[in-house]
Amino acid sequence: MNAHATAPNKLSILPWPMQLAVPVASLITFGTHLLIAPKAPPLETHSYMLLFWEILGVSIVLSIAQRFWPALRKWMRHIWPIFSAAILLIGAWDVITAGLHLLPLPYFPGPAAILRSLISDRALLLDSTWHSLVLLLSGYTLGVIVGLVSGVCIGWSSSVRYWGMPLLKVVGPIPATAWIPIAMVVSPSAIMSSAGLIALAVWFPVTMLTASGISNTRASYLDVARTLGAGRLYLIFRVAIPAAVPNIFIGLFMGLGASFLTLVVAESLGVKSGLGWYVSWAQGWAEYGKVFAALIIMAAFFSTVMTLLFKLRDRVLVWQKGMIKW
Amino acid sequence: MTTNVSDPSGVRAHAISKSFALPDAPGTRRLALSGISFSMAASELVSLVGPSGCGKSTLLRLIAGLDVPDSGELLVGNEKILGPSAERGLVFQDPNLFPWLTVRRNIEAGLAARGVLREKRNEVDEFMRLVGLEAFANAYPHHLSGGMAQRVALARALINHPKVLLLDEPLGALDAFTRMRMQDEVLRLWENRRTTMLLVTHDIDEAIYMSDRILIMTQAPGRIDREIDIDLARPRDRTSDSFLRFRSEILEHLHFAGNVAPRSSHC
Repeated sequence: MNAHATAPNKLSILPWPMQLAVPVASLITFGTHLLIAPKAPPLETHSYMLLFWEILGVSIVLSIAQRFWPALRKWMRHIWPIFSAAILLIGAWDVITAGLHLLPLPYFPGPAAILRSLISDRALLLDSTWHSLVLLLSGYTLGVIVGLVSGVCIGWSSSVRYWGMPLLKVVGPIPATAWIPIAMVVSPSAIMSSAGLIALAVWFPVTMLTASGISNTRASYLDVARTLGAGRLYLIFRVAIPAAVPNIFIGLFMGLGASFLTLVVAESLGVKSGLGWYVSWAQGWAEYGKVFAALIIMAAFFSTVMTLLFKLRDRVLVWQKGMIKW
Repeated sequence: MTTNVSDPSGVRAHAISKSFALPDAPGTRRLALSGISFSMAASELVSLVGPSGCGKSTLLRLIAGLDVPDSGELLVGNEKILGPSAERGLVFQDPNLFPWLTVRRNIEAGLAARGVLREKRNEVDEFMRLVGLEAFANAYPHHLSGGMAQRVALARALINHPKVLLLDEPLGALDAFTRMRMQDEVLRLWENRRTTMLLVTHDIDEAIYMSDRILIMTQAPGRIDREIDIDLARPRDRTSDSFLRFRSEILEHLHFAGNVAPRSSHC
């Protein structure tokens, strides 16, 4: 009885150790920086300090807000330990690079130097991110559309499968990046050829998984639909495709991974813009702080896109909820 | 066999045979059905019983139009069965609800498939009520119990007002109590709509409890061996003497009663 009465109380605020984890981790990481790198450029130290002041400020505001906002509390309970660990990891990185000089410079700058590059080159980084986004989305969308159409045709019609499948099996596994020399000759602009390459990289897994999803539609679903008076269009669009959607999403995820790879390689070889181009440009000037800055942006950018696709899947496949452990 | 020829919802099978290629031995075929003839009057409820593999489900698929017989003729009313149609509903042992649709949308599927959902949307509520699933309209199939899922499957098949409803062991996966409740439910739907029903079942009690007539099939190749009229008033008492007499008659015919030696012609 007592246990039941106190249980909600215990959950009503975040435990103190958890509330304190982020501020304490920030203080440790920033304190370490002051200790190990007293002679760092003042601008670096200043922006690094500002970052931790901000983290500190936000964590205190959230600690107060979670008392009144259960959803936030639940989120913090989940994310705070990982977030604290990430801050401490930055501190460890600082010790290894700026503190003990265990890794050779200029290839491995400390976190404060990377942050400085991130801030000072923000305009170009933003522009590069925008260009990458446009290229990625146009290539991915094209690849998905073509892949869905060819996947449905191959999966549904045995004669299309007979003629199409060998082509798919022979041409599909060639990494899209291997086509770069040919794509450059064929296409009028580097942007268009890169979009085409990304589309090719996406097309293969999407087609493969869509085709297998469609052709593995449970025969009894189709039988039932036929006895309900369904015609061919209904069978394809309202039975086979919905039944294949779980498979299609696997193809979309695989295609997304392939599109990131192709995007970065295509940008660093042909296109004169985007994050991939930025990385190889910064490397050319031996500005490794900028290289890492671009890597951080890529991580944030790509994982955001990936998360959006996960959200889309959760929405579309809401009927699987409670049926399959994702 | 008192079927009126012009009976629009009657079913007639004349000398139906069907064989399947054997995947293990190319070039050879197994005869699944041989010379099946029977007829059903409109609004009649007929059961097909017989051992596993005697071709009951094959016969049902032929009537549904999902397969084509090698020879013979199948008619509903005076029309030859040429392919699947909304006139002949089919319910399997597995409810086969579309898992990506809610209960309501599953029931609507028959109307949507025929492209008449807009005009007939108001009927959906009637059918949800008919099978008592209003409260589950927005649930997805995997949240339903076996009995509920099968009720959805029945409503989905009935919403097209089929002339004939084909039931392929529809209650076979349910526990004994749910099963008996569902038998009454199917009977209620049948009495309410007077749809011609052909029920495949393994359960002899179920066949006697529900049907106007029972066709007993034997296997290898499948043929109709015997038909028995069940002239008992409904609701039937599963423990009455006459019920049990039918039971032992059928069991004897299928060689499951006492020490009756199997007749060689059946194996």
